[in-house]
Amino acid sequence: MSKACRRAFTDTLVRLAEKDPRIVAVTSDARGSVTLGEFIKRFPEQFIEAGIAEQNEVGVAAGAATCGLIPFVCAPAPFLSARSLEQIKVDVAYSNTNVKICGVSGGLSYGALGGSHHAIGDIAVMRTMANMTVLLPADATETEWMTETLAGFEGPVYMRMGRNPVEDVYTEEDKKKFEIGKAVMLRDGNDLTLIAAGEMVWPVFKAAEIMQEKGISARVLDMHTIKPLDEGAIQKAAEETRGIITVEEHSIYGGLGSAVAEKVVQAHPVPVKIIGIPDEHIIAGESDEVFPYYGLDYLSIAGTAMRFVEQI
Amino acid sequence: MTVNELKDKAKEIRKGIVSMIYESGTGHVGGALSSCDILTVLFYSIMLHDPKKPDDPQRDRFVLSKGHCVEGYYNILADMGYIEKEELKTFSKFQTRLIGHPNREIPGVEMNTGALGHGLSAACGMAKAGKILKEPYRVFCLMGDGETEEGSIWESAMFAANYHLDNLYAILDRNMLQISGPTEDVMRLEPLKDKWRAFGFDVYEADGNDIEELLDVFDRMMKAEGKPKILIADTIKGKGVSFMENQVKWHHGKMSDEEYSQAMQDLA
Repeated sequence: MSKACRRAFTDTLVRLAEKDPRIVAVTSDARGSVTLGEFIKRFPEQFIEAGIAEQNEVGVAAGAATCGLIPFVCAPAPFLSARSLEQIKVDVAYSNTNVKICGVSGGLSYGALGGSHHAIGDIAVMRTMANMTVLLPADATETEWMTETLAGFEGPVYMRMGRNPVEDVYTEEDKKKFEIGKAVMLRDGNDLTLIAAGEMVWPVFKAAEIMQEKGISARVLDMHTIKPLDEGAIQKAAEETRGIITVEEHSIYGGLGSAVAEKVVQAHPVPVKIIGIPDEHIIAGESDEVFPYYGLDYLSIAGTAMRFVEQI
Repeated sequence: MTVNELKDKAKEIRKGIVSMIYESGTGHVGGALSSCDILTVLFYSIMLHDPKKPDDPQRDRFVLSKGHCVEGYYNILADMGYIEKEELKTFSKFQTRLIGHPNREIPGVEMNTGALGHGLSAACGMAKAGKILKEPYRVFCLMGDGETEEGSIWESAMFAANYHLDNLYAILDRNMLQISGPTEDVMRLEPLKDKWRAFGFDVYEADGNDIEELLDVFDRMMKAEGKPKILIADTIKGKGVSFMENQVKWHHGKMSDEEYSQAMQDLA
C-alpha cells in the first residue's frame, strides 16, 4: 500500500513552491484534509486561506492568476465541484485563467459521511467546459508527475484525487510514459480493452491479470486525462479489440464511460460497458465495503469483464 | 483632465452609450448611464494605466462586477485607444468580441464578468496578489446595488477585510433599482453603510453622478491605509436622459427613433 494521492500532491507542491514563488496554495478551511501543513509552515507567504467560502476561494484564485500567480486551489472535490461551480465556469474556464482546481477526497472517498460529501458528478460537469483540462491520477507516483507538469502548464485544470492510500500502479521508471492527453497502455491485449481513470486503474489492472489466468487477453488503458481525451487510443482499442469496458469512481452518467462511448459510437462502434456509480442514493460504508457493492473491486470487475467477453 | 473636461467627457460617453444601444437594439442602458460618471472619473483621472501597455504588471486594475453595464466601459476603452472606435459598431453583433458583458479578449478588460457577485472576489485576488508580489497597483471594482444580494459578495468582503486589502477600492453604484423594481422592495439592502462597516470596510459616500464630488472622495480614499475601502455612490439610473431617469423599465431595452432623438437632445 502506497500513500494517498492527496499526500503525494502536497509533497510535490512543496517542492514546486520552493522553486517558483509564483505558486500559491489556496484553500477553504481544508488545510488538514488537503494535507497542506508542511506547505504552510515552509511558505506562509504563498498560502491563501479563504475560509469556508468556496465561491470566493475560486474567484480570488482567478483574480490572482491574472496578476501572474499560479494558484492551486486545494479543497475537497465535493464542495469545489458544486458550491463554486459558477466561479469555475465563469472566472476560470470562461475567463481562461491559469488556475489549477485540485479536488481531493473525490468520488466516494468520504464514505459514510453521505451524499453531501461525495463527488461523483464532478467529471461530468468539468468536461463540458471549454478550456478545461480534466485529470485523474491513478496513484501517488502519477500524482507527482501530474502536479509537476501542472506547474508549467498554462490554462484551467481540474485535477481530482482520492482521500485514501492507494496501491502503486507506477514506479519512477515509468515517468517517460506520462504525458497529459495521452493514455498509458499498462498492458496490451486483443480480446477486450479495459479503460480506467483515477484510483480505479489499479483494480482494473489487477482484474486483467486474473483474466489472463483464465485465458482472456485484456488491454488496459490508464485514461488519466479525461479531457482532452486520447481519442487515438480509444479508436485503436475499438479497432483492435472486440469491446471496451470503462471503470470509474463516478456516476455512470457523464464521466469517463460517457466520454469513451461518445468517441466509440462516432468512430468505430463496438460494444461498450460502463462500470461506475449507479444513479441512486449511495449506500453507506467505507470504500472497501462500498466498492464491492457496486462491482468496483478487482474481483467484481474481472467477473463482469469475463461475462462481457462471452457476450460479444 | 480638468473638472470641466471630465464633465464633457462623461457627456460624450453617455452619447456613445445611447447610440450604441440604439444601433444594436439591445443593452443595459439604465445602469450604464448611472455608472458613467464613476467610470469616467476612474479611467480619465484616478487610475494609473496606459492603453499602449494593457499588460503592464504595474497597471491599476479595474473589474466591472456589474458586467451588464458594459456600454460605457466599451466606449471608454475605444476612446482611450485600447480598441478601435470603429469596433464599437459591432456591439452585440454576430462574431463580435464586444458582447453584452466584458471579456478578456478585449484589451483593457481584466476579467470576464456577467454572472453577478463574481467581480469582487476576482478583485480581491488581484489585490491579494499585489500584496504577495509587492506590486504597488490598486484594484477598482464597480458593483451594482442589486448585485450585493449575492452571498459571494459578502464572502469576498470578509476576505478583503481579513487580509487588510487597502489596495482594494470597491464602488457601489447605488441607483436603487434592479430589474424587477426598487431594491428595497425586491430585497432590502439597507442599512448598507452599516453592513459594509461591520464587514471591516472604510465606507465613503458621494453623489456618484457629480464629477467634483467623485474626485474629492477618491482623493480622500487614496490617503486611507489598513482597510479595504468602499464608495457607496448614490446615482440615478438612466442619468442624463429625461424619460429614463429612475425608471425601472429602462434597466434594459431598445429605443425607438423618437426615443433616441429625445435622448440625444437631452444629452446635447
